Amino acid sequence: MGEYHPPPLPSPFNNTSPPPTLLTQGAEAHLYKTTSLDPSIPAALKIRPSKPYRHPTLDRRLTRQRIIQEARCLAKLVREGVSVPALLAIDWAGHGGEEGGWGGAWLMMEWIEGSVVRVVLEKWEAWMKDQTLDAASVEKEEKRVRGLLRQMGAAIGVLHKAGVVHGDLTTSNLMLRPFGTEVVEDDGNPSMEGDVVLIDFGLASQSSQDEDRAVDLYVLERAIGSTHPRSEPMFEELILGYRNSYKGAVSALKRLEDVRMRGRKRSMLG
Amino acid sequence: MIAIGMEGSANKLGIGIMLHPKDGSPPQVLANIRHTYVSPPGEGFLPKDTARHHRSWVVKLVKQALKEAKVSVDDVDCICFTKGPGMGAPLQSVVVAARMLSLLWGKELVGVNHCVGHIEMGRLITGATNPVVLYVSGGNTQVIAYSSQRYRIFGETLDMAVGNCLDRFARTLHISNDPAPGYNIEQLAKQGTQLVDLPYVVKGMDCSFSGILAAIDGLAKHWGLGGEEKAREDIMQTADVKAAVDSSDSTPTRADLCFSLQETVFSMLVEITERAMAHVGSKQVLIVGGVGSNERLQEMMGIMARDRGGSVYATDERFCIDNGIMIAQAGMLAYGTGFRTPLSESTCTQRFRTDEVFVKWRD
Repeated sequence: MGEYHPPPLPSPFNNTSPPPTLLTQGAEAHLYKTTSLDPSIPAALKIRPSKPYRHPTLDRRLTRQRIIQEARCLAKLVREGVSVPALLAIDWAGHGGEEGGWGGAWLMMEWIEGSVVRVVLEKWEAWMKDQTLDAASVEKEEKRVRGLLRQMGAAIGVLHKAGVVHGDLTTSNLMLRPFGTEVVEDDGNPSMEGDVVLIDFGLASQSSQDEDRAVDLYVLERAIGSTHPRSEPMFEELILGYRNSYKGAVSALKRLEDVRMRGRKRSMLG
Repeated sequence: MIAIGMEGSANKLGIGIMLHPKDGSPPQVLANIRHTYVSPPGEGFLPKDTARHHRSWVVKLVKQALKEAKVSVDDVDCICFTKGPGMGAPLQSVVVAARMLSLLWGKELVGVNHCVGHIEMGRLITGATNPVVLYVSGGNTQVIAYSSQRYRIFGETLDMAVGNCLDRFARTLHISNDPAPGYNIEQLAKQGTQLVDLPYVVKGMDCSFSGILAAIDGLAKHWGLGGEEKAREDIMQTADVKAAVDSSDSTPTRADLCFSLQETVFSMLVEITERAMAHVGSKQVLIVGGVGSNERLQEMMGIMARDRGGSVYATDERFCIDNGIMIAQAGMLAYGTGFRTPLSESTCTQRFRTDEVFVKWRD
């Protein structure tokens, strides 16, 4: 098995000072923190390395298609004023797309401070587990989570209103950017104050269909169900935030009912 | 503790006998017998014919299994059967047999979820402790990870199962169903070289195959590659003749279509598995289910896992493809925690989701 080594960085990032630091290895891409133009301006660098398990033709097709798609969606959303990281630079074909090229592609984006909602909810769930709270405090705590979920719903609504669907909504792809300076955490209970910023548009597409919007919400609903069982019962709050965010929300939510009931996902018991 | 496992949710009838030694040493497989109902090329297996097959073989197989395991009826502690999911009629014919044996021998029944059976057998054989599981077969396509006493489904197909997609394309090409259509597609795909463009449908951690099947069926029709005639030519031609034809001509061959179908759908499966691994932070992958015995899928999954600094666990056809011991294994784990299925509740169901089972035997 051996120690894991990330693939070498493409030019010019193999030659920048300080070198980019690897933040996460997602399924599709590696996310680095680097700087743009000036060493004082942080930037996020998303590299999609080629996937050696795939057939090279298929790999090139998917990598290229997805990075361009992602860049187009980001550019459009920034124009529409949706809170997403701004696009700074892109190379969709790796070294000019030569046959012998590197095969991957990269995208540079504005740096977003804060942490992903998954971490916030996990911290909160862990914290709640250790506490023995009376009913009033539990309610107060849950109110904070409800507020966050409502904000998430509203952010997704604004995204859908702009004519883009995310395609992979999970709590790992929603960030909470704190207002102003960092908020100090006391006793491990995370702050839930801030702006919800949507990230990772790797599977996003431009669509205004209720079906696509409903699937977006459904994917998130199930992701919350499987990763944050404690917060799942409050999902309705997210729906509420979504409903009030734009006009077309009502028909998308109606479609969500159908998606939930559809096909093999549906339990036939009882 | 000794358990008999009876599996018949699709076209395989499997009887297995497992021993869980009292001293806590590793479980042993005492017998693992399977008989498959094979339909003619170009056809799938129909529920009524499959059920008839199971009815006529179940007694023979149980007798043979007991003989092979060298155990008598008195040694057996419980009878485990597949409660679901699967095809109704075959499930029913096996559950009737299980009930009969239970009454005849005075043994307790344990109803088992088929998918959980696959997972538990895979964990036992490979020694993977807490893997992300890709369960791929003719009836199911799911990416599963364990969390707080449930096998939770992270991603799955939105329409048909991947095995069903391969099987039905085998029918289009009139490829033999013996030993399995997927196996014959895999062999033919090894001669394919040219990748044809097919839809690639991944939605988050879910995927869809029906559009791909329609597209490739359309291509087969367009190039005149489907049907019995072409299948006969396939058998007549030797591999090197075909290679010569390939290089002179850019229209896809039957092998190219099989190759392209496999490359496309397996890429999708590896992609959603990788996404689930990234999501839960696991480095182990376990592949179970009939399609899991495909070596190309195992190879692709291996490359992906290696690049993430992890490893892939896969089993061979004895344990991958539906069998009785997996039912015995999962059943015995449940039995060990006190789980019983009373006779009045010993029913089967076509729909039985993996995450409905309370996994009491893990922490």
